[in-house]
Amino acid sequence: MMELVFERTNGLTEKPTHYCPGCTHGIIHRLVGEVLEEMDIIEDTVGVASVGCSVLAYDYFNCDMTQAAHGRAPAVATGIKRVLPKDRIVFTYQGDGDLASIGMAEIVHAAARGENITVIFVNNAIYGMTGGQMAPTSLVGQKTATSPFGRDIALQGSPIRVSELLATLDGASYIERVSTHDVASIIKAKKAIRKAFETQKNGLGFSMVEVLSTCPTNWGIDPKESLDWVKEKMIPEYPLGVYKDVKGGK
Amino acid sequence: MEPRVVFNEELCKGCSLCISACPKNIIYLADRLNSKGYRPATVTEQDKCISCAACGRICPDAVITVYRPKKK
Ligand SMILES: Cc1ncc(C[n+]2csc(CCOP(=O)(O)OP(=O)(O)O)c2C)c(N)n1
Ligand code: SF4
Ligand code: SF4
Ligand code: SF4
Ligand SMILES: [Mg+2]
Repeated sequence: MMELVFERTNGLTEKPTHYCPGCTHGIIHRLVGEVLEEMDIIEDTVGVASVGCSVLAYDYFNCDMTQAAHGRAPAVATGIKRVLPKDRIVFTYQGDGDLASIGMAEIVHAAARGENITVIFVNNAIYGMTGGQMAPTSLVGQKTATSPFGRDIALQGSPIRVSELLATLDGASYIERVSTHDVASIIKAKKAIRKAFETQKNGLGFSMVEVLSTCPTNWGIDPKESLDWVKEKMIPEYPLGVYKDVKGGK
Repeated sequence: MEPRVVFNEELCKGCSLCISACPKNIIYLADRLNSKGYRPATVTEQDKCISCAACGRICPDAVITVYRPKKK
C-alpha cells in the first residue's frame, strides 16, 4: 500500500501555465497556492495580479482574483481590503518591473500606511514579459536588452533593494527576502509566505515577501544555470533574511 | 510495484529542474513528445526512488505526485 507524500495543491486551478520552461514564477505560484490551502483561506482570499509575465495569474490561483494596471496592484488591493469584511485576505503578486519601477509610489505608500495586505514580490532582475529590458533591480554589469554593455552605475544607478527600503517604514510589519534556487530555499520561501499571510490574518499590517526568481528566457541561459545565477550572482547583491518582523521584535 | 513518483506528462515542459534536484539520479527526459512538443520527465527505476519529493518541490509546473510505501 502507498501513501501520498506530495501532490499538486488545490490552491491552484487545473489550468496549465503559460510560463517558459523552468521559470520559477511557477514554483512561487505553487507555494502561494499551498499556503492558501493549508491556512484554509482559499474561499476568503482575493488576489490582485499585476502587469508582467504574471499578468494571467488570475487564471492560475484558485481564489477570487482581479488584475490591476501596471504598478497599481497595492492601491487596488488597498481598496478591496478596506471595503470587504475584516476576515478577508488580500494579496498582490508583482514583478520587479511592476513593483519597483512604475509602481514604486504605490508600494511605498501602501507600506507606509501599514495597509493590512500581503505582497508577493517576484524579483528576477529584469522585465521578463516585454523582452528582457533592464529593471531597477538588474545587477551592476548585467547585460539586458537596454543595457547591452552591462548595467553601468554611472549611467543607470545602482540596484534598488526593495526589502531593505520598505523595512525602514513604520507601517511595514513583516518583510523577508527568500529564494527559489534549490529545494531547501523553496521550503524556506514557503514558510515566509505563510508568515506574511498570518501577519495579515492577525491584523498586524503590511507584509511582503521578496522572492528571488529566474528568467531563463531573457537571461539567455538554461533553467538550471539560472538557479545557479540566482545563488551566485543575485544573493550576494540581495541577501536573504527577515528584514522586519514586528511580532518577533525586529 | 506501485510507482512512487508519477508525472502528469501533459503538464511537463521538459525543463529538467527535477532531474537536477533528484538525489538518486533516476529522472530522465523520455524519448517521446507530449502534445506541447516537450520531452516529458519520467522515471523507470521506481524501486530506487526514496520518496523525498525534491522533484515535486522544484517543479515549476506542478507535474509530480509522490507516494511512499505505508509502514505496517
Ligand atoms: C503603463 C504601462 N507601461 C508599460 C507597459 C509595458 N510593460 C509590460 S510588463 C512590463 C514590465 C514587467 O516586468 P516585471 O514586473 O519585472 O515582470 P516579469 O515579466 O519580469 O515577471 C512593462 C514595462 C505596460 N503594460 N503598461
Ligand atoms: S519571459 Fe522570463 S519571467 Fe517571463 S515566463 Fe519566460 S522565463 Fe518566466
Ligand atoms: S521523490 Fe526524490 S528520489 Fe524519488 S524521483 Fe523524486 S527526487 Fe528522485
Ligand atoms: S521540473 Fe516539472 S516541468 Fe520540469 S522537467 Fe521536471 S516534471 Fe517536467
Ligand atoms: Mg521581472
